[in-house]
Amino acid sequence: MGVFTIILPEIFLFLSSTLLLVVGLFYKRVNIINLLTFSILILAAVLVFYQPSSFGFNNSFVNDEFSKTIKMLILIGSASTLLMFSPSRRKINIDIYEFPILISFASLGMMVMVSSNDLLSMFIGLELQSLSLYVLASLNRNSLQSSESGIKYFILGALSSGLLLFGISYIYGFTGNTNFNLISATYDKNSLGLLIGIVFVCSGLAFKISAVPFHMWTPDVYQGAPTPVTGFFALAPKIAAVAIFLRFLYSSFGETAADWQQIIIFLSIASMIFAAFAAIAQSNIKRLMAYSSIGHVGYILIGMACFNFEGVQSLIIYLILYLVMNLSVFSFILMMKRKDEYCENINDLSGLYKHNPFYAILIALSMFSLAGIPPLAGFFGKFYIFMSAIKSDFYLLAVVGIVASVVSAFYYLRIVKIIYFDEPSEKFDEFNSSSLNLLFFISSGIVILFFVYPSPILNMGNYAAKTFF
Amino acid sequence: MIELNQFLILSALLFSIGVIGIFLNRKNVIIILMSIEIILLSVNINLVSFSYFLGDLTGQIISLFVLTVAAAEAAIGLAILVIYNRNAGTIEIEKINSLKG
Repeated sequence: MGVFTIILPEIFLFLSSTLLLVVGLFYKRVNIINLLTFSILILAAVLVFYQPSSFGFNNSFVNDEFSKTIKMLILIGSASTLLMFSPSRRKINIDIYEFPILISFASLGMMVMVSSNDLLSMFIGLELQSLSLYVLASLNRNSLQSSESGIKYFILGALSSGLLLFGISYIYGFTGNTNFNLISATYDKNSLGLLIGIVFVCSGLAFKISAVPFHMWTPDVYQGAPTPVTGFFALAPKIAAVAIFLRFLYSSFGETAADWQQIIIFLSIASMIFAAFAAIAQSNIKRLMAYSSIGHVGYILIGMACFNFEGVQSLIIYLILYLVMNLSVFSFILMMKRKDEYCENINDLSGLYKHNPFYAILIALSMFSLAGIPPLAGFFGKFYIFMSAIKSDFYLLAVVGIVASVVSAFYYLRIVKIIYFDEPSEKFDEFNSSSLNLLFFISSGIVILFFVYPSPILNMGNYAAKTFF
Repeated sequence: MIELNQFLILSALLFSIGVIGIFLNRKNVIIILMSIEIILLSVNINLVSFSYFLGDLTGQIISLFVLTVAAAEAAIGLAILVIYNRNAGTIEIEKINSLKG
């Protein structure tokens, strides 16, 4: 029994979602199943919180401060997605009980992935996650856009799994091991095969975090997928993929950081610059958020490239704030309805200031925060990231990051301009969904008041970063 | 006696055929699914030959996992393709372009 206690949250999540799948077959009350899944996710988060730090299963599974923090974030993100799902499910034609269950299977995959300390368990977790996500993207079966986004996501996701596996096979072949710690022990600096392996695994994982030049699926999938699913894509899988990318590089190739730092620096600079310029021309708000998430991945990768305590700490802080900011924006996108139809064009936001001044100021502040304007949360996320880059002598990264965030301020501020200064269009429907309002107020409250009491989030970053250094 | 290098070259060739198949193919999504299978099978050749030459079983175990995942992936891919075909009436790649910006 002893060894199973270290995967207790995973076993719990697996058994209860399987059970719910069977229950849902006979008892087709989507709301109840959704509520049950929500409580399961919260319970799993509680279990994760009380997990002791330990290794198990031949060192292929690890519970440490880092994985626990990331798992909590993932579970919070998934649970919030379920809150976004319940008010919108009828309207966007995804009123089926499989949605919450797929979300919980995807979270299970992410939890396995984040805790993996072995190439095989990393691959299995990643696949469990991606297979659920392909289905989620094409969940609206009657919509051309949703199924198209599913097909695009599937093809590029499967290609990225292929790249990842090819890299895994080379790493296995040239070190003779699949365990991260053993790989690091038998690392041979001059092995070309191993370098090929690292490059392939990095590009496979870069697909999953949608870093440029492996980003091409992101805007289409974000736009086509049903909005709660888009919110989920922006919240949980990205955090999990960043976490496994970091663990893979730090635990197995920590000795030779200089080899892979170049790859990360390239991905980071490319993502920041590309996202800043490409988002300018967008008019669909979901597509805009896709480019924005590509840009944020660029900033997150700066923290990863640093390879020191401050880098990981700032990365965790940035991930938390990224989750909160996206939560605020996506819960608002789900409230943008006119005559019971969802609006996705950013020009639809005009006149919000006139009709709902309170919501207008909150969403404008969230946009300011995404752009990184003090004293909002996003500014501090970027500040810590750039500070750690400067401390590690990556001046180029810091400069490019600042330039990119100035450019990207343009498209965030354009939304603020549309809200406040454009010709008012029709009024939105009443914002009467209590779960969306709850999410929106809590997350924008954190965004605005972060600077008053930042220590809990800073401490979380501190706690998680201790794992590696 | 066949050497490890020859296996690696074979699998690298199959892998490149798969990747090229995904990017150059302009006709049909089914061909992309086939290319994905070729990629995963080339990885299996790699894993099994590494496993044989290292005298270590892990590679063969991973290859079994890869086979299982490939089957699941193909099932999901075909299912998505079916609903796409029902909505759009075609699976030609050049017509998959309703999302862009």
